[in-house]
Amino acid sequence: MNFENSKMHALRLIAVLAALAILPLAARAQDDSGVTLIKNATVITITHGRIEHGSVLIRDGKIADVGTDIQAPAGAKVIDASGMYLMPGIVDCHTHIAVDGDVNEGSVSVSSMVNIKDVLNPYDINIYHELAGGVVIGNVLHGSANPIGGQTIVIKLKYGAPPDDLPFPGALPGIKFALGENVKHSNFGGPIPRYPETRMGVEETIRDAFTRAKQYQKDWADYNQRKAAGEQNLIPPRRDLQLEPLVEVLEGKRYIHCHSYVSDEILMLMRVAHDMGFKVRTFQHVLEGYKVADEMVAAGAYGSTFSDWWAYKMEAYEAIPYNAALMTRRGVIVSVNSDDPEEARHLNQEAAKSMHYGDLTENEALRLVTLNPAIQLGIDNHVGSIEVGKDADLVIYNHDPLSVYAVVQKTIIDGRVYFDRAQDIAERAELAKERQELLDKEINEGKPAPRADDNENGATKSAKKPKKSHQATPETPQLDNAEIGGAR
Amino acid sequence: MKQSSCIHLLAAFAIGAICAISMLCATPAALAQQDQSGLSVSAGLSKAGEPRFFAIKGARIVPVSGPVIEKGTVVMANGIITAVGPDAQIPPEAAVIDGTGLTVYPGLIDAGTTVGLPGGENAAPAGRARGPRAAAPVEIANGPQDRPLTTPWIVAANELNPEDPRIESWRDAGFTTALVEPEGGIFPGQGSIVDFGEERAGNMIVAPRVTLGIDFQTSGNFASFPSSLMGAVAYVRQVFIDTRWYQNAEDVYKAHQSGLERPPYDRTEVVVGDALKNNELILLPAGDKLAIYRAIRLANEWQIHAAMYGAQEGYALSSEIAASKMPVFVNVNWPKIDKNGDPDDITLRELRLWDHAPSTPAALSKTGVMYAFYSGGITNPKDILKNVKKAIDAGLSPDDALKAMTINPATILGVADRMGSIEQGKVANLVVTDGDLFNEKTKIKTVFVDGMRYEIHEDASPGPPGGHPMPMQQSDEGVQP
Repeated sequence: MNFENSKMHALRLIAVLAALAILPLAARAQDDSGVTLIKNATVITITHGRIEHGSVLIRDGKIADVGTDIQAPAGAKVIDASGMYLMPGIVDCHTHIAVDGDVNEGSVSVSSMVNIKDVLNPYDINIYHELAGGVVIGNVLHGSANPIGGQTIVIKLKYGAPPDDLPFPGALPGIKFALGENVKHSNFGGPIPRYPETRMGVEETIRDAFTRAKQYQKDWADYNQRKAAGEQNLIPPRRDLQLEPLVEVLEGKRYIHCHSYVSDEILMLMRVAHDMGFKVRTFQHVLEGYKVADEMVAAGAYGSTFSDWWAYKMEAYEAIPYNAALMTRRGVIVSVNSDDPEEARHLNQEAAKSMHYGDLTENEALRLVTLNPAIQLGIDNHVGSIEVGKDADLVIYNHDPLSVYAVVQKTIIDGRVYFDRAQDIAERAELAKERQELLDKEINEGKPAPRADDNENGATKSAKKPKKSHQATPETPQLDNAEIGGAR
Repeated sequence: MKQSSCIHLLAAFAIGAICAISMLCATPAALAQQDQSGLSVSAGLSKAGEPRFFAIKGARIVPVSGPVIEKGTVVMANGIITAVGPDAQIPPEAAVIDGTGLTVYPGLIDAGTTVGLPGGENAAPAGRARGPRAAAPVEIANGPQDRPLTTPWIVAANELNPEDPRIESWRDAGFTTALVEPEGGIFPGQGSIVDFGEERAGNMIVAPRVTLGIDFQTSGNFASFPSSLMGAVAYVRQVFIDTRWYQNAEDVYKAHQSGLERPPYDRTEVVVGDALKNNELILLPAGDKLAIYRAIRLANEWQIHAAMYGAQEGYALSSEIAASKMPVFVNVNWPKIDKNGDPDDITLRELRLWDHAPSTPAALSKTGVMYAFYSGGITNPKDILKNVKKAIDAGLSPDDALKAMTINPATILGVADRMGSIEQGKVANLVVTDGDLFNEKTKIKTVFVDGMRYEIHEDASPGPPGGHPMPMQQSDEGVQP
């Protein structure tokens, strides 16, 4: 610090001390918007390289400072991340977790009237499991049962928060489209319950829907014009919840996320989009995207794909694990997603696979699950990299996140720790005790039940933990942990 | 056929004939009695043929609207309470009942049941999705315009079957009044407030169109809209939009029919529109925490006068519910653990729900929520008070428990000016017991419904099984955590 003269020095000192005197109270009063310093980690910024022995200061849920020499303000919580790796939290661009009830409204060809936002479930245990895998943000999508599916939403994985707290503030809403076999019920067996049954039917469904949407847009424009001109005794058009999201697409206010596999259908939708005057934001799965990468770039469409799933149905037959790398090399902004709550727990490893399949660099690989999906979802101003001013959505690993040995230690959203591995381990005994007490009370009416033999079945349905404690391998509450496979 | 069977058959036939004849005789006798006494007609069918002038003297009276009267008198005439107090005057025509050792409560109100509606024996299948009743053919709905699972025009008052044996068993358990609601589908119909006296249906109806029920059911069929919860929510949203469009369009069209295309006729839009105009209470499902949050959000989004029903996880959201200012119907059919199930399959979350659910009423009282109890699928009405007792054990004050079955439902349903407490001018619905209502050993001795006396006999059976789940009721599996 540079002071002009000692008098100024004294005044500044008084000011600083005064501020410090106030600060600790403020930090204590608000649990979430206090000050936290994560220090001495390898900070993977994504946009500005890696900082060895780096620190990140968090204030009020945002990244306030990034560097090597940050002093913790008095009263700040300090996380010693020595030997650890700090990375932006993972953004999963295709997920179906956190949904109450069926994720598909498959009864009609165009189900754009339904909205995932109406059925968000913050108590889904998959949210917690994914936090333990470093995921902080999910693009929660309607299923792939219809050519035009329901409205979708981007959420922060704030496990246990009220449902209205989950949506990402300011993120544009989305809508799910789907092409190919699922939509045509190709693999379900039995009679086809609903149109369309063919690829030409899928295209017609989309064209027809947008034709109707355009008419709807015009009807309302006409009505508003006549009303503004002072015309009396007008009956407005009916509001149609099915068509309104499509009008929003036409107006660029809603993103299309289109489930697609083979190159001909990807090209088909781009053609329809061109004809009808809309854009496709992301092609999801897009397993043959490597064949039509140039066309995708020309249309401004992004791709969100799997790392290495292929050949599980006909339309995945020509999928290759080089897809992400090949599209990237052609200039497509690519993300790797999970579409599955188990896959979502190791997206860092899935990202790493594109180094082997396609020679992406380490940073390019990590971008596939951080900054790139943030760009695709239009939230890269807020998340996806470690930069001052962005949201404090971060994850701490005990090894390089591209390593098979990396295990998440802490996951932070808006500056608050939503997953803490050491704390999770420490709480297991207490939760098991509570569970046993309640079981005794409810089933055995106060008499302790004879303990069953330890059940290795780790199916996790209980609030936070596997039901039977895996006491076979007690985890030491250190940040270093070698036993990944044992704890399920 | 064996000879003994023939005799049984003949005997049954004879008894049937005698019953038929005696019923035919009863009616004229009752009518004759009425003509002679010059009283009003509503003495009704059989038992309640006596004149409706009573006074219960020297009893402990719990008015609910005021402090307990340790020794007082209640006077009733023609179905109305004419005097209450320690020194109430007893007119000469009143039949005096010695109230020594007895306690008089306002008649209990069950704020949600299908008792009185036909079809009680056709229990809907357990589980979340309950579609139309079994006999209905499968119709595929291709979107909201097909109005799936929608019958808002069914009004409980119009379907009431006074012969439903459950009515007597509910009355024997102290319930003089209920909000009777149709069940099944997304818009099952409108609920009516019914007094459980034995009379013609018309005389039992306190208020015919009080609530409009909503349940986010699915078609149970992948091919028919809606097949998902979000589909059901989107459907109801569209119905309210369509209804309001229709109300506006009708007004414009009626005033200027020349030159305008007529708005199409849609029965749902007309009926729901009338319900909105009459400020009927719209009932939104609140079966778990998610549904409670959803009810609050949708009531606000749709700008409707709404209450939530179910609310067994309300203990976790008592502040949020209070802030919403929505009234709550609490289902006292507390979720039960399946004792035969595998304990390993039971989650901590489920256990917490089962343990904490009965504490919901106490939690709601603490935050000042206006709530009432309903039986929610309980088939033996004696279990209703038992379950309320569980809530008392979990911290609910007996005073609040009683309010939730008397003045609170009356208030929520808009009839507190005439029901729900023992006050002069209110309807003479009373329960007379030999002790504290929430004591297991207490017996209900007499019930008054609209001023008609019903003696309760100890050997009375609890009534045939019935009371199948309805929109406001839980399945036997309880709330999904």
